[in-house]
Amino acid sequence: MSEARDIGPRTLLEKIWRRHVVVPETADTPAVLYVDLHLVHEVTSPQAFSVLRRRGLPVRRPDRTLATVDHSIPTSPARWQGDRPTMDGEARVQVDTLGDNCAHFDIPLLGIGSRRRGIVHVIGPEQGASQPGMTIVCGDSHTTTHGAFGALAFGIGTTEVGHVLATQCLLQRRPRALAVNVSGSLAAGVTAKDLALAVIGRLGVGGGTGHVIEYRGAAIRALSMDERMTLCNMSIEAGARAGMVAPDDTTFEYLDGRPMSPKAAAWERAVRDWRTLCSDPGARFDREIEIDASTLEPQVTWGTDPGMVVAVGGRIPADGGARQREALSYMDLDAGQAIGGQPVDMVFIGSCTNARLSDLRQAASVLRGRKVAPGLRAVIVPGSQQVKAQAEAEGLHRVFLEAGAEWHESGCSLCIAMNGDRAAPGQYVVSTSNRNFEGRQGPGARTLLASPLTAAASAIAGAVADPRPLLERARRIA
Amino acid sequence: MSAGREIIRSRTVVLPVENIDTDQIIPARFLTTTERAGLGRCLFHDWRFHADGRPRSDFILNQPAADGCDVLVAGRNFACGSSREHAPWALLDYGFRAVISTEIADIFRSNALRNGLLALEVTDEVHDWLIAHPGAPVSIDLESCRLRAGDAVDTTFEIESFARYCLLNGVDPLGYLLSRLPDIECYEAGRA
Ligand code: SF4
Repeated sequence: MSEARDIGPRTLLEKIWRRHVVVPETADTPAVLYVDLHLVHEVTSPQAFSVLRRRGLPVRRPDRTLATVDHSIPTSPARWQGDRPTMDGEARVQVDTLGDNCAHFDIPLLGIGSRRRGIVHVIGPEQGASQPGMTIVCGDSHTTTHGAFGALAFGIGTTEVGHVLATQCLLQRRPRALAVNVSGSLAAGVTAKDLALAVIGRLGVGGGTGHVIEYRGAAIRALSMDERMTLCNMSIEAGARAGMVAPDDTTFEYLDGRPMSPKAAAWERAVRDWRTLCSDPGARFDREIEIDASTLEPQVTWGTDPGMVVAVGGRIPADGGARQREALSYMDLDAGQAIGGQPVDMVFIGSCTNARLSDLRQAASVLRGRKVAPGLRAVIVPGSQQVKAQAEAEGLHRVFLEAGAEWHESGCSLCIAMNGDRAAPGQYVVSTSNRNFEGRQGPGARTLLASPLTAAASAIAGAVADPRPLLERARRIA
Repeated sequence: MSAGREIIRSRTVVLPVENIDTDQIIPARFLTTTERAGLGRCLFHDWRFHADGRPRSDFILNQPAADGCDVLVAGRNFACGSSREHAPWALLDYGFRAVISTEIADIFRSNALRNGLLALEVTDEVHDWLIAHPGAPVSIDLESCRLRAGDAVDTTFEIESFARYCLLNGVDPLGYLLSRLPDIECYEAGRA
């Protein structure tokens, strides 16, 4: 590597950054930063493609671009809709526009008919497109997910989508590095989602602004790739530009043999290189925080941003300021109230945060042989068509259907409620997604973020519930 | 619509809510468009309108005092959440030319500046004053990076130097990137 002669310990962020600098940053100009992988979806791309067409520009590297449809497509089960779900006017135009643009600019598209389509942040890893050391961008803030592979992955706006389409580069200033050191290990029933929520609770929703988080420590090493993705996914909810985990054997095992992973000699070379992608001992972070994973309990949000979070056995804080009062008034909850036992109308298990196979297995472990509470609607939406097929091969869909839950086609669905899937005004939804903003799951809908285990336990109880007693019983019976 | 050299002079409209997220600025169900024009009608939609579409008279933008204000002062930490550029598009289309808060989320700030919407971070002290004085006359001079408000505030602000340069000189960042294509080709050749 060209920087091999440079000395001094470096962070992972610094190493990846340096590899991608085309033109260095100066006081007057940001760096021109090369992008290895550009993911594209239907919602944030049409206006960018329009700019290219207007200016007569080609897409510079269609081979480094991968498109899919996820946000505005229906996910209703096929048996409700016939073979192919229907879409209303604008959504149809958006999906067709992406199809036209991909055909025109020669971009690979995993379209509505593809068995490899899914939520953009689920399929990138699934296809082996997201790899260590890469720069990965997408017109979507949860692009942070791909940092789980030791990539620098972040969301960009539509103007910048146009920049990357036309030049494969972005104008960027180097962000600061924030180490989140997580010691200990997660207890049974406590998941990466709970850790993510606890980190946001500690940092606050703006606490990571201007920073890239590197998650480090024994608890992180012990996480599976799915769990690392959940954690990195939520980095944006602390305001961080990106989140990342240094790659290790867990990463390489996950990537080995995926459709877009390097093969044979190229694989050996890649792994040798990837092993150098870690923060050097003594590397300096701009900021560090410490968390002991062993002390964590399952977490649930009670407010209208993901930082408003308590342990499932805890109470909503008593003394809030104006912000808390506004949030509680929207949520129609009381300060000091225990969050456990709060009745809920709906449970959503899905999204790029928690709709991979392991998430569905966890939900199924709680729902197996049990019933969703009467009157509660439980919606389970796999993260991709491949996750759906794998779950069905294991019979998980039968567990869900027998419990009385709905089993959908893949997509963003109730995470963002722009495809027609939504909660009614005033309804409480325990959701495995990432944002509990006002109206996120439909106007007036009230979202409580939690892990798939907690969501499944809440579906059975008809109220916010700690999953751990159910897990213990399952274990005793086994 | 670019901020350009012209000094922004306006009264402020104050929305003192903390952590206003992008779903409040423009709810996701309005993102099924393939255009960028006309999004002002969706700005703060669910705060501005009742479910049946009637305007909420208690919302600040629906009050006469907000008429003709080009500068939005928001509560602490503005625009966390999504990367949707529809958020600055909606603010601009509605008529805002600048937003002021204590912190502004990274992606929103960059999206805003690319579209000529000034997204300014100010100190707690300045912010407190602005929040306490809705309708205060302000002037924002991008050339000198100076913000004045009433006769109490006269301060400078920081803004990413290249974004400022582009806005002041009408330089298009995509054009700049395209002028770097030889460097990009050279970089790609070096990696192959
Ligand atoms: S699942 Fe939700 S957060 Fe993820 S990409 Fe879709 S809308 Fe965005």
